[in-house]
Amino acid sequence: MRFHALASAGARLRRAWTNQSEDGGFRQYVVYLAFVSILAVFALTLWDDGFLSWSNLLNIGRQAAPIAVMAVGMAFALASAEIDLSIGSTVALSSLVAAVVVGDYGFFFGALAAVGVGAVIGLVNGLITVKVRIPSFLVTLGTLGIISGIARNMNNLQSMPIRNDAFSALFGAGSLGPISSLVIWTAVVFVLGHFALHHLRWGRHVLATGANRASAKAAGLNTDRIRMSALVVSSVAASFAGVLLAGRLAIGRHDLGENDLLTVIAAVVIGGTSLFGGRASVAGAVTGALIMAMLNNGLILMGLEVADQLIARGLIIIMAVALSMRTPSESVGDDVP
Amino acid sequence: MTAPALSVRNMSKAFRAVQALEDVSLDIRRGRVTALLGDNGAGKSTLVKCIAGVYQPDSGTVSIDGETHRISSPDVARMLGVETVHQNLSLIDSLNVVENLFLNREYTRGGSFGSRIGLLHKRRMSRECQATLARLGISIPSLRKPVGLLSGGQRQAIAIGRAVAWGQKIVLLDEPAAALGVEQAQRVLDLIVALRDADVAVLLITHNMDRVTQVCDDAVVLRRGRKAAEVKVDQVTKDDLVAFITGAKTTDTGT
Repeated sequence: MRFHALASAGARLRRAWTNQSEDGGFRQYVVYLAFVSILAVFALTLWDDGFLSWSNLLNIGRQAAPIAVMAVGMAFALASAEIDLSIGSTVALSSLVAAVVVGDYGFFFGALAAVGVGAVIGLVNGLITVKVRIPSFLVTLGTLGIISGIARNMNNLQSMPIRNDAFSALFGAGSLGPISSLVIWTAVVFVLGHFALHHLRWGRHVLATGANRASAKAAGLNTDRIRMSALVVSSVAASFAGVLLAGRLAIGRHDLGENDLLTVIAAVVIGGTSLFGGRASVAGAVTGALIMAMLNNGLILMGLEVADQLIARGLIIIMAVALSMRTPSESVGDDVP
Repeated sequence: MTAPALSVRNMSKAFRAVQALEDVSLDIRRGRVTALLGDNGAGKSTLVKCIAGVYQPDSGTVSIDGETHRISSPDVARMLGVETVHQNLSLIDSLNVVENLFLNREYTRGGSFGSRIGLLHKRRMSRECQATLARLGISIPSLRKPVGLLSGGQRQAIAIGRAVAWGQKIVLLDEPAAALGVEQAQRVLDLIVALRDADVAVLLITHNMDRVTQVCDDAVVLRRGRKAAEVKVDQVTKDDLVAFITGAKTTDTGT
């Protein structure tokens, strides 16, 4: 009797497990497992260095915020089977635009102008990709250079100070209770992204388009508009990340975000988003960004040289991505672009 | 006789130098299953894609219930009541059963604001998906599974179920039973018969002559992009049909 109950429980468990792995369910959770394990390892080994101290955790959160915001946007670009390589230079340009506009028109219009720049960049990326039919990889590689050049010209490679208390408080230095405004903004972006992906028709259509554009078109979806909108979302998110960086550092500068592209892509892919479209996770992307920030922070606290940090980070990223991607045998047909 | 549910007149379509369709006309009628036959490359799928709005024909017209329309996109075709089950374009593998059934027809909640932003009514879609599949006698183990993990028969049943679920009056099926097991293929044929009995006009592309004699009322044969024959199935033999397809025999259909 007892044995029987045990056996059926075992069968149920096995069924749940196989069901899950068939859906790619297990791999979806790899990012959270990785997060917890890396947190645990650092917490133990860096206990004396105060890894778990409130101030250090807050630091990690503040580091992660712009990456997380960019990652949410990138998740949508990848979900639609596009990619946006121009996010780094979009961050820089929008930080400069914010700095210029804040000076004359205040914090609200400063942030609005920066995000508007992002929307325009996304629209240009999207239009060229869709109308001229050039892969977004190449389009955004081109705009990456163009935007970066414009940003460099804007203030002759000088950083532009932002002296506006409201802007700094709202988008950087300020906090609500013990929680940094950066973390709050990240939470807002996370909720919006998650909601759009799972509860709006648009999110579902982005996934359908990314999974199989021909089928999506045959079902009557306007795949051109959907791909464009995904690229706009990515650029707008990047420009908002630019606002957050400008707020945190109280400057606009031509090289802000310049090195973030690969970190963002790693964060998104570790989070369970397919590089080839059709599968995305906003929660995973944010967690991936937290992992990246945690690695950065932990490896520095460990006292590793910069060179060794790069190597260690690279190894951990490859491991995590390997675990979170489906194996080729599982991906019959649906990971093919 | 009333106007045919769908009639194609003088349709031509070329892909660069290849004339895929040349001056093809055909009618399909309510409550009847019309077979569209022809060898590989005869233009069957091209014709279906032109009717479904996936391709734009170079010339020719499509009339539905006697009214001529320009079917500029798959969306327009659907709005006019034409549903297509394409050979391999019908489902999105990574979406689940419910998501596929309602793709581009999602129910929204939250009133007019909800429908403007596209707020999905997931529970309602789940419920209606279950009801529809049950009504059609389609059993799928899990509606939450990505359809890429279902069997060929189940996938095809869902694709056809999608056409039926929306009460479309014209259904185009491109090789719906190819690559299916015997029993699964029979289930698909049963669905087609059910469609016909519900007074739907069905166009069925197939290579299988047994299926033609089993469920089809009319047959149109294409050969090298042109119409080679248009016959009533009960007035010809299987051998006649094969002869039309290979070009060993022709009728004067006088289009």
